[in-house]
Amino acid sequence: MSFLRILWLILRKDLTVEIRSGEIALTALLFAVSCVLVFAFAFVRQGVPPDGAAAAVLWIAVLFAGTLALGRTFDRERQSETLRALLLAPAARPAVYAGKLAGIVALMLGIELLLVPLTAFLFQDPLFAHPVWLAAILLTGTLGFASVGTLFAAMLVRARSRDMLLPVLLYPISVPVIIASVQGTDALLQPEINVAVLRFWVTLLTCFDVVFVTLALWTFEALMTES
Amino acid sequence: MIDFETVAVDRVSRHFGRRRALSRVTFTARTGAILGLLGPNGAGKSTMLALLATLAHPSEGRIRYGVNEVSALGAAVRARIGVLGHDLFLYPELTAFENLAFFAGLYAIADAPGAARAALTQAGLADRADDPVSSLSRGMRQRVALERALIQGPRLVLLDEPFTGLDDRSTAALTARLAGLRQSGAIVIVATHDLDVADGLLDEALFLRDGRLVETMARPAGLRSIYRDVMSRPAATPASPVGRA
Amino acid sequence: MTRDHDDISLPGWFLPAAAICGLMFAASPVLIAYTPYEAEMGLVQKIFYYHLPAAWMFLLGGIVCGVASARYLRSRSARHDRVAWAAAELIVLFGAITLVTGPLWARKTWGVWWTWDVRLTSSLVSWLIAVAYLLVRRYGGPGSDRLGAGLALFGMANVPFIYISVNFWRTIHPLTTVVPTLPTSFGIPLWFCTFTFLLLFVLLLRLRVRLEAQRARLDTLYLSLDE
Repeated sequence: MSFLRILWLILRKDLTVEIRSGEIALTALLFAVSCVLVFAFAFVRQGVPPDGAAAAVLWIAVLFAGTLALGRTFDRERQSETLRALLLAPAARPAVYAGKLAGIVALMLGIELLLVPLTAFLFQDPLFAHPVWLAAILLTGTLGFASVGTLFAAMLVRARSRDMLLPVLLYPISVPVIIASVQGTDALLQPEINVAVLRFWVTLLTCFDVVFVTLALWTFEALMTES
Repeated sequence: MIDFETVAVDRVSRHFGRRRALSRVTFTARTGAILGLLGPNGAGKSTMLALLATLAHPSEGRIRYGVNEVSALGAAVRARIGVLGHDLFLYPELTAFENLAFFAGLYAIADAPGAARAALTQAGLADRADDPVSSLSRGMRQRVALERALIQGPRLVLLDEPFTGLDDRSTAALTARLAGLRQSGAIVIVATHDLDVADGLLDEALFLRDGRLVETMARPAGLRSIYRDVMSRPAATPASPVGRA
Repeated sequence: MTRDHDDISLPGWFLPAAAICGLMFAASPVLIAYTPYEAEMGLVQKIFYYHLPAAWMFLLGGIVCGVASARYLRSRSARHDRVAWAAAELIVLFGAITLVTGPLWARKTWGVWWTWDVRLTSSLVSWLIAVAYLLVRRYGGPGSDRLGAGLALFGMANVPFIYISVNFWRTIHPLTTVVPTLPTSFGIPLWFCTFTFLLLFVLLLRLRVRLEAQRARLDTLYLSLDE
């Protein structure tokens, strides 16, 4: 199916470029780690972290690092105008979006892979007690954030003030994702997990993902074509 | 697969708010011909190329590929258009081979790696195939970029300032390649400042100034003096606003 | 072309409607003053007669903006874009009224300015999206019309998600005080004020669309000078 083929081509290209240069992955990762440290210094009182801080800190760091990674990824496409080249190809535009989205999600998941142990370590919270639930929240939450972020970042490529505008646009729209991800992760850290609550948040995130990825696929063509 | 013998630009205008980038430009380009878009900076050459590449829609007027407009043809027409932009459209971290294979894949070419290798051989860069593009000289990058633009065998080839920063040898190679394209029946449209190179290459020259097509000339010779002549004419007086919609 | 021309000239009903609206606004405090006091809350409850209609106009603005943005993306007609932009400004205006009157009422009744009431909180998030829309239109540069349209669409799709996530978040974190909700009482003053606000909404929308249409016409005239 040509949609998947294009998606795979673009994803593979993005991963190759990133592995070769390592720029975005490494700098975003370091930024995320610094974020977590700053929060640790801000919140930990006399060696004791406040209740429920781990979940909040993790997701705030993911959010900030993700925003930077998004900005930088599309900045790179702007440098040699390669985004234009992608749009010039007869490849269906939604497939181009899906390919870039897959790349961003892969990048963010990679960062989270290192961030989660770090947060668990610094805040002494049992983040790994229920790995399947954790994975579900990380996956659905990251996809939700990235689905909107990729679309907005692609549209902002040629706009002025794009560095400021991306978070301004992205964060309010991401509020449901933030609430659900943080609360879901927090629910995981309780001594007795409440499965109903977890199920609610994961379901909400999944619905968000479905709705917004679909909306993005539908409107990507119209949004990227200059009138 | 769609194909077309002509590209017809019919009273095309493009404006942004109050800024008029193009104003009622009309011309037709035919197969086996090289058209030159000549004019100073800001004349609208790049805008015209962007419209021809279907990257943007004209504010007024129409562009027809053969008898059909873009809206009728859809994405398939993009497969028949090759663009060499100012910024080369290459990923610096990837090798020359990887860049070509990637774009070949995007254009749904059957044997993408094979086509990439053939293109590199054609450009005389087979030995640098596995070097990252960022390590190549400007001239070599230009050659790879040109191959990228041509890898799908386009009917319409659009080039934006392709001779910028090239040495004599690369310029001669590019000119020869364009002549070869003309031979094979492609429609080639080149926007350039480089009048000396364009001299003798162009089948038709279109002179743009302030978004207007002020002069067209078939088989121009002695471009530099013609250009100076055309550009130093006084600006056309505005026509009376009759029948303005 | 005729539709644009329609936008530029004010319709016949405009001035009479504006006069009526002005009179109704002048009359409304009198009407409100004469309604019987609410048993529990007393005088303070009367702010409600402005708060609720403003909230409804806030919602109406959201719908108009979302629908106009969707139509703009489909048709690329400048008229839809103007309506969307005007509606976004009205969202910010009526949203501001809602977000100011709500806390004023809450402060007097419960002694706290902000109670994380689900409706107020969701409104705040949606209001931020509308403010982001205006920032994009102002600072986005070329292509900001499409960017805004995309934001409006995503914002509209987001409303149920925002409400559900804020609601669940609130209920699983019960506050120490009893969580209050803003009541909905019915009566003549409410409908009177609602109609007044609706009239104001329509008048402002029409006026704003006219302003943009005039600007566009100026641009067209300016351009035609060159011909």
